[in-house]
Amino acid sequence: MKKKFILNGLECANCAAKIEHAVNKLDGVKEATVNFMTQKLVIEGEDEKMPTIMQEAEKIVKKIEPGTVMKKA
Amino acid sequence: MNKRLWRIIIGAILFIVAIVIDVNIEWLNIALYLISYIIVGGDIVMKAVKNIFRGKVFDENFLMSIATIGAMLIGEYPEGIAVMLFYQVGELFQSYAVDKSRRSIAEAMDIRPDYANVKKNDEVIKVDPDEVQIGDIIVIKPGERVPLDGKVIEGNSTVDTSALTGESVPREVEVGHEILSGCININGVITAEVTKEYGESTVSKILDLVENASSKKSQSEQFITKFARYYTPIVVIIAVFLATIPPLVIDGATFSDWIYRALTFLVVSCPCALVVSIPLSFFGGIGGASRKGILVKGSNYLEALAEAEIIVFDKTGTLTKGVFNVQEIHPEGITKEELLELTSYAESYSNHPISNSLKQAYGKEIDNGRISDVEEISGHGVIAAVDGKKVAAGNIKLMKKLNIPCYEGEAVGTVVHVGIDDKYAGYIVIADEVKEDSARAIKELKEAKIKQTVMLTGDTKNVASKVAKQLGLDKVYSELLPGDKVEKVEELLAQKSAKGKLAFVGDGINDAPVLARADIGIAMGGLGSDAAIEAADVVIMTDEPSKIATAIKVSKKTLRIARQNTVFSIGIKIIVLILSAFGIATMWAAIFADVGVTIIAVLNAFRALNVKNL
Repeated sequence: MKKKFILNGLECANCAAKIEHAVNKLDGVKEATVNFMTQKLVIEGEDEKMPTIMQEAEKIVKKIEPGTVMKKA
Repeated sequence: MNKRLWRIIIGAILFIVAIVIDVNIEWLNIALYLISYIIVGGDIVMKAVKNIFRGKVFDENFLMSIATIGAMLIGEYPEGIAVMLFYQVGELFQSYAVDKSRRSIAEAMDIRPDYANVKKNDEVIKVDPDEVQIGDIIVIKPGERVPLDGKVIEGNSTVDTSALTGESVPREVEVGHEILSGCININGVITAEVTKEYGESTVSKILDLVENASSKKSQSEQFITKFARYYTPIVVIIAVFLATIPPLVIDGATFSDWIYRALTFLVVSCPCALVVSIPLSFFGGIGGASRKGILVKGSNYLEALAEAEIIVFDKTGTLTKGVFNVQEIHPEGITKEELLELTSYAESYSNHPISNSLKQAYGKEIDNGRISDVEEISGHGVIAAVDGKKVAAGNIKLMKKLNIPCYEGEAVGTVVHVGIDDKYAGYIVIADEVKEDSARAIKELKEAKIKQTVMLTGDTKNVASKVAKQLGLDKVYSELLPGDKVEKVEELLAQKSAKGKLAFVGDGINDAPVLARADIGIAMGGLGSDAAIEAADVVIMTDEPSKIATAIKVSKKTLRIARQNTVFSIGIKIIVLILSAFGIATMWAAIFADVGVTIIAVLNAFRALNVKNL
């Protein structure tokens, strides 16, 4: 399953890279990409683990760049 | 953003006041400095503190807070404040630049239609393009953007496809023609039947593709983010050693001196400048390319294009038009015009592509009254009476059958021999025509240092080698079956150097396996062809092969900019680190290494968007 999110307020390119790195390490994630320029996070992961992945991803985003809001795209 | 700017301005004024008046009352001076520091950098310190509680220590807010507070603690008030001030200016500029580039590309790609005029029971209503269904009738007025792909059922007009193709010449459309979403209707009102839903239409596909292109990271970007992951912690650790060990070990070394050097390290340790300029350059390059009608599906492909060594072309539809045309007329005993006229008349009853191309070359209306006694001989040709003359047009077999001696040499393409009243009158060669800019494309590719240009075709050797010679291709493989093409590409892949890339250029219709096998699959004439857009890594929206050279130029320019930024920003940072370790560089130099470098790199990255002269 592939899910797209908008990371509103993502201003720092290094943070984008850090978020991508951290989300990729989550259990059940096949591939995650953060596109700094379009402020998009795309997660491809196992269907049944998706709800947890989404929660964890949101925590990661909040931790790495606190001003960012993660919304479904 | 505005609040931030005001804070910086007010803080800066206070800071200048504090420096200029330089009162002798120490507490007043310090108070002024502290106030301006709080105005300028209070939010950074707050963020740093908050992030520590969140368990995130080594972020840039923290590094900047430590560096500036540390500087003030050892008495260097002006430097501490200046660092914070410039850091804020840099951040502001950076977010402005990123925002601007996001917007300018969004504008360049502003092909999203806002509404569709749907006609239902003689009533026209405006609706969101998303709500329109296949089979609905839409009306497009002059000046409006075509909202969905469809087929014209009423009216004719010219449409501007430049947003999709970069091509400035408008296209004519009339009843029966397909129109693509994203084009702009110029003069007439057209009514069309929708053939694709919005999500599947050309405009959404293109937007989706360009927007997602920068998700596929280039090697340069991967390198820089990896570098940043190690760079910051290493610099911070060295800074800790600098602050503590030399004062204890070296005679006469003071803590305040070495702490100052360590704090300088912290200022230079922020990685953001490095990281932002690379995706910004690629984003610009992809945006610039799309303005030229070249869609690149990922930063990695844009990067790979610069390393292309071998370019393999499919012939039909790529280098040639894929449409048959009269190429040569060799009359005997009559004029060229007469030969063409009589042959066109004789062939006029047939619907064969050959006869169509003859009629097209003749260009005038066929007067049926002049023809009689048409006799088609299958596998041979046609015999007809035109203006009372017995005209026989067909292949060698027909001539032999009629005992007319004819030219039997080699020709490139299909030959139509003509006999008039049982006497040989010459022959006409019909072949696929080379595109106008194919030769220029090959020449420009050579100039772009492409080592080999190769053509693959299922066509005969004669035709293939003539085209190859005409265009100046290095190699040609002819009479190939579709499966052979993959094999040939494999062979060529083995010939290239380890770093070099092989690009295959096809029309995307039946060469999907080859497109996939090549390092870079390029599909031509992608406008309206879903298969091409799906299968390829790079889609050329127009039919021009010269766009491949343009794409390579854009790629090289983008890469050059990315490389300049990498070398420049890492270089400056390392030089400043070394100089400050020896106590030569001050914190002012460190500020330049951080903020100055960011600004220069971002401005440089902006150049990637400008592809006008490529």
